[in-house]
Amino acid sequence: MSTTTTPAAEGAVIGKDGLATLVDLLRARGFTVVGPTVRDGAIVLAELESADQLPYGWGVELEAGHYRLREREDGAAFAHAAGPQSWKTFLHPARVRQWRAERSDGQLVIEEDDTPPPRFAFLGVRPCDLRAIAVQDRVLTGGRHRDPVYQGRRSGAFLVAVECTEPGATCFCASMGTGPAAGPGYDLALTELVDADGHRFWIRSGSPEGADILAALPTSAASEAVCETARQAVASAADRMGRTMPDTDLRRLMAGTLDAPRWDDVASRCLTCGNCTMVCPTCYCTTTEDVTDLTGDHAERWRVWDVCFDLDFSQLHGGPVRPSARSRYRQWLTHKLGTWYDQFGSSGCVGCGRCIVWCPVAIDITEEAAALHDWADRPDGEP
Amino acid sequence: MHADTRPTLAVWKFASCDGCQLTLLDCEDELLGLADQVRISHFLEMSGAEDGREPATLNGIGPYDLSLVEGSVTTEEDVRRIHHIRRISRRLVTIGACATAGGVQALRNFADVEQFRATVYASPQYIATLATSTPISAHVPVDFELRGCPIDRRQLLEVITAFLAGRKPNIPDHSVCFECKRRGNTCVTVAHGTPCLGPVTHAGCGALCPTYGRGCYGCFGPVANPNLVAMVRQLRQDGMTGRDIVRIFRTFNAASPEYAPVAELATQEPPEDPHPPETPQ
Ligand code: SF4
Ligand code: SF4
Ligand code: SF4
Ligand code: SF4
Repeated sequence: MSTTTTPAAEGAVIGKDGLATLVDLLRARGFTVVGPTVRDGAIVLAELESADQLPYGWGVELEAGHYRLREREDGAAFAHAAGPQSWKTFLHPARVRQWRAERSDGQLVIEEDDTPPPRFAFLGVRPCDLRAIAVQDRVLTGGRHRDPVYQGRRSGAFLVAVECTEPGATCFCASMGTGPAAGPGYDLALTELVDADGHRFWIRSGSPEGADILAALPTSAASEAVCETARQAVASAADRMGRTMPDTDLRRLMAGTLDAPRWDDVASRCLTCGNCTMVCPTCYCTTTEDVTDLTGDHAERWRVWDVCFDLDFSQLHGGPVRPSARSRYRQWLTHKLGTWYDQFGSSGCVGCGRCIVWCPVAIDITEEAAALHDWADRPDGEP
Repeated sequence: MHADTRPTLAVWKFASCDGCQLTLLDCEDELLGLADQVRISHFLEMSGAEDGREPATLNGIGPYDLSLVEGSVTTEEDVRRIHHIRRISRRLVTIGACATAGGVQALRNFADVEQFRATVYASPQYIATLATSTPISAHVPVDFELRGCPIDRRQLLEVITAFLAGRKPNIPDHSVCFECKRRGNTCVTVAHGTPCLGPVTHAGCGALCPTYGRGCYGCFGPVANPNLVAMVRQLRQDGMTGRDIVRIFRTFNAASPEYAPVAELATQEPPEDPHPPETPQ
């Protein structure tokens, strides 16, 4: 039994060459490696053929409704946040065919779509996104009815988390308790360090498969000093978050402010375009589309992303249940921050800031929550 | 020989550029399959004959199971003809911005047609025209309106297929942003400051312009309940002047009633933004 009180040096250190080996090794083991890369003036998530495609030397400038790539002198690969996609694009794809049916000689044959999904290795999962994957795990596979599409893609996925040392102006994971240090759930975790001692990554494994891969990488021992520097870098990121969620019981706040005038105010600014929900790494809603061909002998059922900002989303006989922008924005916010707890036992928001960045008219979930909080806290008697 | 039991299809043209009808002819891979399922009875763009008998007339013979109508109503004769076509069609579907919203020719609705007539034509006395260009639905009941300038090929096939199968066409009513995000595009407004009408524009094109790095210019017309106050404010923020804003809404769907407030919104002093975004450092 150890009696020392200082944390032991854990994990190992790899250089840029080690990262390149990691990508090659994962590919050689049959994984489809997905990670950040520069495309269309943004850092997007896409399949990587080699670590050369990582966004070395690129950072981002984030604000509500605003995203710009910025060159970085330090050459860091993971000094960015809140890209236009999240891992949900791969685990819970925007379109999937569920089955097809053929009619011939009066016989109907229904064929389930069971094409085996690729085995993904995700490189660069931020701590907030690691939590978002756990949230979707609960939603899509944690209940009585499991989603086979998600499960098939998720069960074989290898997650390489990268802790945050460079939060964006729209990040608030620290106030949601989801980052900037990586929580459980990763196979490997990295912390990127670029300083006088060079460009390197502190690497730890979180699963037997992760340990196995780590053992095959060209590593050097992690000194106490490296571990400490990395922990410091992550801890200081927590103090540099651009946004915070009000420090209150959000579930109660949402339930108690359903009549707040602020909902009309935000509705006057909201385009109901649905961008916030579609970029959110935890929003999971879908709709069903049936297609037939001209002969009517061939039919397919597709599942596609849908969100609560769509009028059709709440369409019943006689019209939509949530026709107003007010009711649709309120559905989104109260679900994310309130009723998600009742349904799934956690917050539906992990503080990644994507909905703030990718809202074309700069509506900010933390600002809206703060305004509701102020209203709830108003002196008695005020409207 | 079996009697021909295929449903009959007719394609009609009013004031338009023919682009939407051409979309049907563009369905090269599907056209033969389509001809197996329907009898294309009346389609002057494709054939001068009506069910093999020449010449076809502008009025057709009918009746038709499905009529696709392109173009807007701009003359007295158009008014008479659309009522006739409605009478001889079981289902009537409008195709494109002209038939659905009046088209770019509806710019006349905002101006003096007499002046146009006098300026443009050498012998204005031969020009018989109405003062307005109006959508088909302003004259007769319409079973379905397909948007776009021009319409999208896949959507046209979907509408025809749905009507053949007797089901509702799968044509979503949401904004272009939905298609843009499902396609995995990077938003051109947020990442590049490019003005984009996607948030107030009806889906259907598959977010074609943003996919190629351009802003949407609204050729599919308005989405249901567009928030034009917020959209106009954002377009200004992205650098458009009031005049540019009026112009971009006054194109193929100029006469859409949803766009009516734009002229006033874009020309008045920009209202104070209740929550100005923080300027990034
Ligand atoms: S609600 Fe916004 S900040 Fe929260 S997880 Fe979703 S996109 Fe991220
Ligand atoms: S916020 Fe809306 S889109 Fe997101 S999970 Fe909830 S209901 Fe679905
Ligand atoms: S909050 Fe922003 S992104 Fe979300 S629907 Fe409204 S305008 Fe679109
Ligand atoms: S590029 Fe245009 S259509 Fe696409 S998400 Fe942005 S605003 Fe919407």
